[in-house]
Amino acid sequence: MYKIVSAIFLAENIKKIEIEAPRIAKKRKAGQFVMLRVNENGERVPLTIAGSDPEKGTISIIVQGMGKTTRELNSKEAGDTISDIVGPLGTPSHIENFGTAVSIGGGVGTAIAYPTAVALKEAGNYVITINGARTKDLVILENEMKAVSDEAYITTDDGSYGFHGFVTQKLQELIDSGKKIDFVLAIGPIPMMKAVAEVTRPYGIRTVVSLNPVMIDGTGMCGGCRVTVGGETRFACVDGPEFDAHQVDFRNLSDRNKLYLAEEKQSNETFSHRCRLGDRN
Amino acid sequence: MSEKKITAKERLAIPRQEMPAQNPAERIHNFNEVHLGYSPETAQMEAMRCIQCKDPVCIKGCPVNIKIDQFIKLIAEGDFLGAARKIKEDNVLPAICGRVCPQEDQCEKTCVLTKKYTPVAIGNLERFAADYERESGNVELPLVKPSTGKKVAVIGSGPAGLSCANDLIQLGHAVTVFEALHELGGVLMYGIPEFRLPKEIVRAELEGLKKLGVQFVTNSVVGRSVTVDELFEEEGFDAVFIGVGAGLPWFMGIAGENLLGVYSANEFLTRVNLMKSYDFPVHDTPVFNCKGKNVAVFGGGNTAMDAVRTAKRLGAEHAYIVYRRSLAEMPAREEEIHHAQKEGIEFMLLMNPVEFIGNDQQWLTGVKLLRMELGEPDDSGRRKPVPVPGSELILPIDMAVISIGNGSNPLIKQTTPDIEVSRKDTIVVDINTMATSKENVYAGGDIVTGGATVILAMGAGRTAAKAIHEKLMGTSQGFEEW
Repeated sequence: MYKIVSAIFLAENIKKIEIEAPRIAKKRKAGQFVMLRVNENGERVPLTIAGSDPEKGTISIIVQGMGKTTRELNSKEAGDTISDIVGPLGTPSHIENFGTAVSIGGGVGTAIAYPTAVALKEAGNYVITINGARTKDLVILENEMKAVSDEAYITTDDGSYGFHGFVTQKLQELIDSGKKIDFVLAIGPIPMMKAVAEVTRPYGIRTVVSLNPVMIDGTGMCGGCRVTVGGETRFACVDGPEFDAHQVDFRNLSDRNKLYLAEEKQSNETFSHRCRLGDRN
Repeated sequence: MSEKKITAKERLAIPRQEMPAQNPAERIHNFNEVHLGYSPETAQMEAMRCIQCKDPVCIKGCPVNIKIDQFIKLIAEGDFLGAARKIKEDNVLPAICGRVCPQEDQCEKTCVLTKKYTPVAIGNLERFAADYERESGNVELPLVKPSTGKKVAVIGSGPAGLSCANDLIQLGHAVTVFEALHELGGVLMYGIPEFRLPKEIVRAELEGLKKLGVQFVTNSVVGRSVTVDELFEEEGFDAVFIGVGAGLPWFMGIAGENLLGVYSANEFLTRVNLMKSYDFPVHDTPVFNCKGKNVAVFGGGNTAMDAVRTAKRLGAEHAYIVYRRSLAEMPAREEEIHHAQKEGIEFMLLMNPVEFIGNDQQWLTGVKLLRMELGEPDDSGRRKPVPVPGSELILPIDMAVISIGNGSNPLIKQTTPDIEVSRKDTIVVDINTMATSKENVYAGGDIVTGGATVILAMGAGRTAAKAIHEKLMGTSQGFEEW
């Protein structure tokens, strides 16, 4: 059993959970993830590590309650436990001094873009962050992002805060302003990552995305997380999760992530039903 | 009970005792074990068939050289606990090996009765003795020697790691087993289905090791959570045994392999066995809903048989084995093929898949197959399949499971570059000691041989344990100079 040290909502439905995991805290690097299981009947889900405190022996994950498992996880409070956590898994982000690096986080993807932004800053890059959300209330890690950025931008789809529009529009604006951009990291929903790849492609800007296919073991054993990159099959758990955005077959990724839609819906509904019953008691 | 006096002629007249099994029509609707086990009477009857050769050649056919003649004699005499203990002198997991060893290619193949009669059912007897001991609640723990003060890390809790850990702990070393998954047992848990190897049996064997003092650490991926070098430098281990298995499934590299509904056997079996997705939504992990669907498994090994029989049990309307050679070349155990046939598995032999076909939502709808014929023998000695031109056909399927073998997991190689690996990324060892090119690091099982059997992995684990003991106690015969 692994103890939850703290659990705080950063925005509606988005929770930062700090878990006791000393070995992982000591070893993890930006871009790596953990697999966890909430309880004995739970599924194994991959979640990128948002941060760690090696001295305290804890790691943090930032979770948006979407399906049954993430909602169950978000119902946990400090002092609760989860059954299993293993990591750090995946190949760490490739970090070097590229020059000017743009780190783009869409929605809860910001949680993953953040540690890599920190690493890029530490490597000496001029760091620009673009933090996108649907609306003002869903913006997360604003201060943290600002603290590691030479330039920090917020975009909201509805214009309730920061730049009114998508992260890609802000990125295009930066490129159009004549800024020389050497590296882009984009993490968020698949359509966003695909759109970012299309913005940078004509300029040949090196662009990396972090992929989130369905996974079971996270160690290369099952091949369920295979993605098509540059026409070749790669395993996101061991070869990734970060890949060259201009080589990724996003269509295939998006299709494969629909494999269990019906089952996810069923689990989610059962879970909601159980929660309502729980409320009544 | 003591053995009745019977003549040699009477002995040879006893027919091989078949082990009762669940009726096929019934068993395709459940995951319970197919074979039901011998009764004590049947076991004794079968044991009496053994003619107790002066030179028991069956022992030479066993990778861990179980004293087969002796344990069978004990069964014939009615001393079932004695028989179990005799087996355990050489094999730490008899209830498992009695079920999953390919006896027909090992001990039973060399049994002298094989030529003129049918071989003694050594596997069935091994299983009987082990089950009898476990069910009697009278499991005798072996003696553990006084502590040597040495610490050994075993990576992987599958058959290789467990047998290595068992021997080392008895020799007085402190043993810690690291397992990547949340559950112990490796392929015995995630790979081999319940209907062939009940998980309760694996858990009982693990309990035995815990009682002996073996420490287990789950959720620990060596190469990621901790590296081999860190085990020596930071955690103070004196030796490391790597038994991580062959953990990277091969795909065929044909078009459409990433369509929805195409699985590796590892993924399909892990979902069903380890994550219990047959019990969705009680267990959260889903798997393709096979009910009323057509499922094809590509390959002809034991894993392919496990996968196709699992699909049948999950309600597949048609469950096919697609194999590019003929039945004669199939690497799966005869018994497994036989069970599959009885369960209504359809064998599409001499067929090679060339392309998976999907609909506009990218769901699998079929596979294009090419008929093959057998040509000259290839490197493996099996006749090589060659395509028959213009013989393409389309088999409508909803799910495909690829079961053509595994490569090596790259994690240890990536993080421990001073361990020599082969061109195929398997770890290179001295077969006498299982020593790798790195000082005090040993390896065995599928990570060395590529996909093989439980018993070979166990044999390798034991060889390594012996060599590790000699090395740590300074009694080795110079193997470490390798």
